[in-house]
Amino acid sequence: MTQGELPGAHPDERQMPEGRRNKQGIRIDPEVEAEHPPERAVLSALVKHEPGVLAEVSGLFSRRMFNIESLTVGRTIDERLARMTIVIEEPRPGIDQAKKQLEKLVPVVSVRELADDAVQRELVILKVNGDEPDKVNAITQMYNGETLDAGSRTITVELAGDEGEIDDAIEAYEQFGIRELVRTGYAALARGAEPTAKVTYPNKAPTDAAVETQEAMDD
Amino acid sequence: MSERASVPPEAADAEAETAEAETEKREPDEDKSVVESGAEAVVAALEAAGVEYLFGVQGGAIMPVYDALYRSDELNHVTMAHEQGAAHAADAYGIVTGDPGICMATSGPGATNLVTGLADASMDSDPVVALTGQVPTEFVGNDAFQETDTIGVTKPVTKHNIFADDSDDVGEDVGTAWALANEGRQGPTLVDLPKDVTQGETDRQPEEPKTPDTYNPPVEAEEVMVEAAAEALAGADRPIILAGGGVIKGEACDELRQFAREYEIPVITTMPGTGAFPEDDPLSMGIAGMHGTGYANLAVSNTDLLVGVGTRFDDRLTGDIETFAPDAELVHIDIDPAEISKNVFADYPLVGDAKHVIRQLDDAMPGAPDCDEWHETCQRWKEEYPLDYETPEDDPLKPQYVVETYDELTPEDTIVAAGVGQHQMWAWQYWTWTEPRTWVTSHGLGTMGYAVPAAIGAKLAAPDREVVAFDGDGSFLMTGQELSVAVRENLNITIVVLNNEAVGMVRQWQDGFYEGRRMASEYPWIPEFDKLAEAYGAQGLRLEDYDEVEETIQTARNYEGPSVIDAIIDPSENVYPMVPSGGDNARFALNEQHLEDI
Ligand SMILES: Cc1ncc(C[n+]2csc(CCOP(=O)(O)OP(=O)(O)O)c2C)c(N)n1
Repeated sequence: MTQGELPGAHPDERQMPEGRRNKQGIRIDPEVEAEHPPERAVLSALVKHEPGVLAEVSGLFSRRMFNIESLTVGRTIDERLARMTIVIEEPRPGIDQAKKQLEKLVPVVSVRELADDAVQRELVILKVNGDEPDKVNAITQMYNGETLDAGSRTITVELAGDEGEIDDAIEAYEQFGIRELVRTGYAALARGAEPTAKVTYPNKAPTDAAVETQEAMDD
Repeated sequence: MSERASVPPEAADAEAETAEAETEKREPDEDKSVVESGAEAVVAALEAAGVEYLFGVQGGAIMPVYDALYRSDELNHVTMAHEQGAAHAADAYGIVTGDPGICMATSGPGATNLVTGLADASMDSDPVVALTGQVPTEFVGNDAFQETDTIGVTKPVTKHNIFADDSDDVGEDVGTAWALANEGRQGPTLVDLPKDVTQGETDRQPEEPKTPDTYNPPVEAEEVMVEAAAEALAGADRPIILAGGGVIKGEACDELRQFAREYEIPVITTMPGTGAFPEDDPLSMGIAGMHGTGYANLAVSNTDLLVGVGTRFDDRLTGDIETFAPDAELVHIDIDPAEISKNVFADYPLVGDAKHVIRQLDDAMPGAPDCDEWHETCQRWKEEYPLDYETPEDDPLKPQYVVETYDELTPEDTIVAAGVGQHQMWAWQYWTWTEPRTWVTSHGLGTMGYAVPAAIGAKLAAPDREVVAFDGDGSFLMTGQELSVAVRENLNITIVVLNNEAVGMVRQWQDGFYEGRRMASEYPWIPEFDKLAEAYGAQGLRLEDYDEVEETIQTARNYEGPSVIDAIIDPSENVYPMVPSGGDNARFALNEQHLEDI
């Protein structure tokens, strides 16, 4: 044995396992490598309505490199709580991980991934050139929008809808020349009597606040 | 308590009344002194949590808290040389006792100096509470003198942090931080204390520490899943238990040992799990990972059922995720749901407290797995891949020999601290670990400079036990000044500097992966650590020859106060086995040639 050497077989002469995992740590059949393409998921989180929570949540997402498409936050009927709606695009394991990491933050009361049929709306305000007010109005009516401000040079309208509707509308306004626009990001609630605020895993008991909110919603 | 004599008579009456009302609820022997300011509430909250030691450095914004400490009989403050030292000492205190270690610092540079220690505690789930001074609330956001956004800076490196905004609530904030650091998956927390809040008046007596109502760590795993896992385990051919730091943090060592022995399942420990299972037990397969033993890495690679307990499958353990235990179904026991399937997919996720879940699994086991052949294979690997080294008389000292000799001379419950580098790996590999809470080092963050302050924290946590720190010359240069604290506190600790006149681990990588270009890794000049120790008032010893090893260690151990052994070791010694970063665990290198071949 020379300096710094240990006894034992050469790496090529050892018992080796047969299997393999993919990059996500899932055992795979090397023939049919399992792929997880990114999916879009809407997460709804009830959080304590206190300073710093938004920074905590957005910091978490950037720190762990989760891809957020939009994040909105606002009050709820319970003044102690705020609701965040987060749209992320990640492979399935990433979405699950994001939910669990979010749930771990102390001010987060509950997290839920909403089903595809959840009610989802985004608001957009856009300002177009006012040269053709009649045509602008026609399009606004077609997309159930509302005119917020109309002057000789610009017209500002408000529209709400899901992603597809809004994209279509924006395209329709492009002919007039869009000067500025703002999109709020998604707000969403679960469909039907199903409460949106629900715990994601059984071990985290719903808190009083969450239960009260649910009850209030049921009423 | 004479300083408090100036309480106005009405207030004193009112206090007497509440005190009377409270004695009914409290233990009769609990004599709580009366709180008058935010700072006193902070101190009272620490007392209510049963805190004994605090490690810190004074400064403007934290002075009110120190002033309140002046009057506390229960809390002992240890003044450290640097806030990083305070954080590491608190961290080690937390590892050894299992209760949160407390560190404190002033605003600005004091707080930022704590950050390394908090990041370290965060990676290793060590219970630590940091109390930082902050500029008065009205100045916050104005770039006031020594203002730093401590909450912003420490958010990513703490489990939770709290900006104290009200003198009435500050005691509760401290209690909350303590409870959060302690419960569930442990970790560091921080309370930022603006000076006006600690100076402000309050009579709110803090209660026992309590976690917020949104924090409900799981205890028991889902029964259906437990049963499925037990069935898979009982039917396995090549099962392995991988015991992580969570086994120790969750006080589940007894349960784990019993379980492994009852069902005869070989056990590997991770670096933070070291000591969870005794290495002298025939079922022990040692330590796995980058510098783990060959037999552990072969076992973890070839297992068909891996029970991971309280481990987060860090990349230093798994190597390439694609080749990590690729034939194994994974039973993953962890208190943190976010660890499940984070790096390695868990076929049987058992979310809960390790102690409880191991018992649940035990109850559900239909019988022991039938795996005689696997036991034989494991034994054969242990014989084929021993940790070994040569000690030619005229060659420079081998660091492994120093570690082994120290181990032989000391009791089982000796606490070993280490810095980061080759010396840390040798200490880990060549010490025979039998007890939990004896291996105190920086695992996840790999913080050079951890050893000296950690030895201080460990010794204060366990004054009746021996404490030795193995340090590197590079690591010692980072926090060696904390020796002044060990001298002042007259702590019987020994620091063995395994001196290779280089940042050896970097030198090893340069030789292995950068064709020997030793850029910034060798020290053209370093101090004589024995003399440096003497300058601090510690005993300084120099060790160069094999025949002096035992005597030098005994001289250090017998000394009343801290000793430093400057052990001049073979500068060309390397750490093997080695799985190169991102490599296949089963293809560990045992020498330089292997490194080239893989
Ligand atoms: C604070 C910090 N800076 C840099 C590193 C990178 N690093 C890892 S090991 C190592 C060498 C450590 O040298 P030394 O303490 O002398 O120990 P040795 O490897 O020689 O035993 C270095 C520089 C680190 N881990 N921590």
